[in-house]
Amino acid sequence: MTSVAEIFHSMDYGPAPESDGPARQWLARHDAKFGLFIDGRWQDPDTGKHFDSIDPATGKVLGRVAQAGEASVDAAVKAARRAQPGWAALGGHGRARHLYALARMVQRHSRLLATLESLDNGKPIRETRDIDIPLVARHFYHHAGWAQLMDTELPGMAPLGVVGQVIPWNFPLLMLAWKVAPALAAGNTVVLKPAEFTSLTALLFAELAAQAGLPPGVLNLVTGDGSTGALIVAHDDIDKVAFTGSTEVGRIIRKATAGQGKHLTLELGGKSPFIVFNDADLDSAVEGVVDAIWFNQGQVCCAGSRLLLQEDIAEAMIAKLEVRMEALRIGNPLDKCIDIGAIVAPVQLRRVEALVAQGVSEGATLFQPSWACPKEGCFYPPTLLTNVQPAATLAQEEVFGPVLVAMTFRTPDEAVEIANNTRYGLAASVWSESINLALDVAPRLCAGVVWINSTNMFDAACGFGGYRESGFGREGGIEGMMAYLEPAFVHGLPRYEDPAPPPERAGPAAVGEGLPSIDRTPKLYVGGKQKRPDGGYSRPVLGPDGALVGEVGEGNRKDVRDAVEAAAAALGWASAATHTRAQILYYVAENLEARADEFARRLVAMTGASRAAADREVQATVSRLFSYGAWADKFEGRVHSPPMRNVTIAMNEPIGVVGITCPDDAPLLSFVSLWAPAVATGNTVVVIPSERYPLCATDFYQVLDTSDVPGGVINIVTGEREGLTRVLAAHDRVDAYWYVGPKPGSKLVETLSVGNMKRTWVNNGRRRDWFDRQQGEGREFMRHAVQVKNIWVPYGE
Amino acid sequence: MGKDKKKDKGHVRAVPPPAPQDAHERNPGMPLQLDWVRDVRINRSAVERRAATIPTRRSVKKEWQAAWYLRAIACTDLTTLAGDDTPGRVRRLCAKARRPVRQDLLDAMGVGDLDLRVAAVCVYHEMIPTALDALEGSGIPVAAVAAGFPAGLSPLHERIKEVEASVAAGAEEIDIVINRAHLFTGNWQAMYDEVKAFRQACGDAHLKTILATGDLQLLRNIARASLVCMMAGADFIKTSTGKEAVNATLPVTLVMVRMIRAYLERTGHRVGFKAAGGIRSAKQTLGYLALMKDELPRDYLEPELFRFGASTLVSDLERQLEHFVTGRYSAEFRHPLA
Repeated sequence: MTSVAEIFHSMDYGPAPESDGPARQWLARHDAKFGLFIDGRWQDPDTGKHFDSIDPATGKVLGRVAQAGEASVDAAVKAARRAQPGWAALGGHGRARHLYALARMVQRHSRLLATLESLDNGKPIRETRDIDIPLVARHFYHHAGWAQLMDTELPGMAPLGVVGQVIPWNFPLLMLAWKVAPALAAGNTVVLKPAEFTSLTALLFAELAAQAGLPPGVLNLVTGDGSTGALIVAHDDIDKVAFTGSTEVGRIIRKATAGQGKHLTLELGGKSPFIVFNDADLDSAVEGVVDAIWFNQGQVCCAGSRLLLQEDIAEAMIAKLEVRMEALRIGNPLDKCIDIGAIVAPVQLRRVEALVAQGVSEGATLFQPSWACPKEGCFYPPTLLTNVQPAATLAQEEVFGPVLVAMTFRTPDEAVEIANNTRYGLAASVWSESINLALDVAPRLCAGVVWINSTNMFDAACGFGGYRESGFGREGGIEGMMAYLEPAFVHGLPRYEDPAPPPERAGPAAVGEGLPSIDRTPKLYVGGKQKRPDGGYSRPVLGPDGALVGEVGEGNRKDVRDAVEAAAAALGWASAATHTRAQILYYVAENLEARADEFARRLVAMTGASRAAADREVQATVSRLFSYGAWADKFEGRVHSPPMRNVTIAMNEPIGVVGITCPDDAPLLSFVSLWAPAVATGNTVVVIPSERYPLCATDFYQVLDTSDVPGGVINIVTGEREGLTRVLAAHDRVDAYWYVGPKPGSKLVETLSVGNMKRTWVNNGRRRDWFDRQQGEGREFMRHAVQVKNIWVPYGE
Repeated sequence: MGKDKKKDKGHVRAVPPPAPQDAHERNPGMPLQLDWVRDVRINRSAVERRAATIPTRRSVKKEWQAAWYLRAIACTDLTTLAGDDTPGRVRRLCAKARRPVRQDLLDAMGVGDLDLRVAAVCVYHEMIPTALDALEGSGIPVAAVAAGFPAGLSPLHERIKEVEASVAAGAEEIDIVINRAHLFTGNWQAMYDEVKAFRQACGDAHLKTILATGDLQLLRNIARASLVCMMAGADFIKTSTGKEAVNATLPVTLVMVRMIRAYLERTGHRVGFKAAGGIRSAKQTLGYLALMKDELPRDYLEPELFRFGASTLVSDLERQLEHFVTGRYSAEFRHPLA
């Protein structure tokens, strides 16, 4: 035993362990062996198998967790399905009471949950006690509020049904809260699978929730490894899959769910930049780095793992950082005097070791503190690698460990360029004392969350989620609620496969008078210019009677490639003033109106519609353009108010290049209804118009040309729908894809989107009525056309 | 802590006192570098976040907690700065300064031979003779507040004379307060000149410069004033007089300590830190000690470089130490008054 006198002189820290007694008592009450929590009670897994849950700090077994197989997952989904109508029928206030009870429950048992989490995951008790568990409670409180307000504030929106959720091991209970709270608030029921390394707090939560009166079947918990997750993802009777985890698994899930008509949100990996400008408070930035990459052992999807330093302060910052690293303490996660706990599992530790070794072999300079890590258990020291270039593996690959790489830049532009030089886009941190600089840089970063002079801040009121291959969908705030709702009318829509209502047919087309008209050969529309199809082929467009109405270019792969390049080159459109975008859309409407007769006649000729019906479609199209001219400067972001001295600016940003496949019905109106919201919000588009009736799109070139639409903002490639869609949906420079048409195309697009994990919006074979303003325009379209960036701005001088 | 310090002290010092055991070269100061002062950047929110997590990241229990409490006592300037101070009051304080913790408790902790005493006794000029007398042979230096304390707005030549008088009276440490007007008017040169003059007036006595951080309000002001005082030759920079609306806080401490570190890195000179005012509970001291330990080299936990300025803190520390010894919660009347 160290004496008081010795400590008085050494002034060392000593052990300060949190008692794990109550957590171990809870484990003992279950004989350290758990079933699945389905339909409000514990059930044995169908497989009869259990696996060990290990304390990574000691390597000792904490308990045995059930492996759910197909029958168990099916039972859970059935229970959720049975419970869903009743849960939704409870109404907003009824659900709010339950969510409020869950929040209170978490607070009542906060220390037990915190201790168990620390034991199971290896994260410091300081973090579970002060961060994870309070955020869990806050998430349920906040979403109790959304449940309460849903009926009045989100009218016309309906729950999706049964939601399958698969969560990671890095914030086990917090990720449960992020998933479960909005799902339940919206009126869905849940089948959730915690990560196999860290199932215990979820099991405790489910047990407590049942005690707190949550109805059976509303929250079902199935434990197991990846195969259990795959069963949930693939299950026929799941309406939505929400996943947080690696981009690799996210990609598998995207493929597995393609064409199943499931909603999907993915919160995936990251390699987030932490940018320090030369006018930053460097000492504070050093603490920011500590919170960015040594929080939760760096096992954080949004960890600031790429340190970008302005050249003139790089040396000073690295020196400060190395001094700070020496003062970090690593050890027993339950010790209240440590900064860094244990890596979750040996396999993860080996991965971190291997990646660092690779980094060093590629020429990086390694710095680790002089002190030694505990020899027992899964520990890895805080690590800083300098001499790393963007081309290095460690600058591109997510390590998911306490490993930071440092790079330098010269100017703000270069900082942005390096920061965005990644497939990911989850988060970013910007350090500068200049509000001009910080607020200039933040919108230019490809990231769903930007923290100014701060990092790793989370709150239930603020949306969280990624750009690019970091996934899509948001968690938290109104953005997060929308991920668990859809317009109520969607379920009732007819299908493209259903027999279509008989079109309003006109009589036989009038015969031409005398002279043949001057030949107009529609080409493709790329970069604001008409362009001959690369292949040099045309395809016939036939009227309802089979007669040739015209010919359009047969676009091919290279045309799609060129169109995407033109669209990407035109992305400056995003920074055009919203007023400008609005004016241009009104101008398009004006010029369409001027040619209304021509367009109506074309519709009659192509589709055989009556002149009255064709006139109606043209007028509806003019009105639609007006709608998006109106929306262009009104689809504004929000300011969230997390409980701290801070504003979080939720900006609606365009996604980038949007690929669009149009249906055959209402060929003019659907064509405009699809590109106009995307263009109104600042995206550029590549449109594949109706295969059968493409001429109203090709006629549109001249309308666009005369309306000041900048070249490349709208690109149109005619041709064979499926072939073009195949190339465009797979293109890695396309950031989002909207598909409307017969059902097989939905699957095609979802499947092909995995290359760059582009965001997709497909109709799953459902046929909207484009003339109905609720179905054919408005907020729903605008929401799909943007991604929300949450910029955290702490203030105070 | 040695026993052989500062023996044989008269009321008027004829020879410089022996250097403290952990002797270090005093901060000689440096020319005023305005670009450094103006270049200071402090992000308040980030500082507050860091300060808030220091006590939650660091916890000491059992023997460690007891030892840290003893350390807090050893670093305390036991202080009385009230308008109604009398020699009798000061004698009582000095008696507590010599024996801040009951001997039976020290023995029970195995530190009976530690010669535990506070770092200094801090009084007004008038009380210096009483304090010197009462502390005779203890090795505890007397600190006096001077230079127009607490406003610092009397004529400069009088403030300088005050310092000289207190030094002549035997104070080994002089706590002065800066003229805040110089800061608000941006007259850094005047602030520098004044502090430099006080330092000269101190001679061998150590100079603690009080920033009155509650008045300065902005953390950036506090950082800049810290730098100017260090450049002018302060031996310590100190948060508060105890008379401002807001006293020492962890965010303010963090900013001042970072400036001390920056000064150390750039000049190699060590300047001490004193947190004063509002620190009444033992538990509070742990946050400050952890901050010093994590932000600065180890010697900044010695009284030569770190002080608490407090009047009632020692009583609470003693109470908590009794709890450590007996396992029972204690009561304040079980410990001798300061």
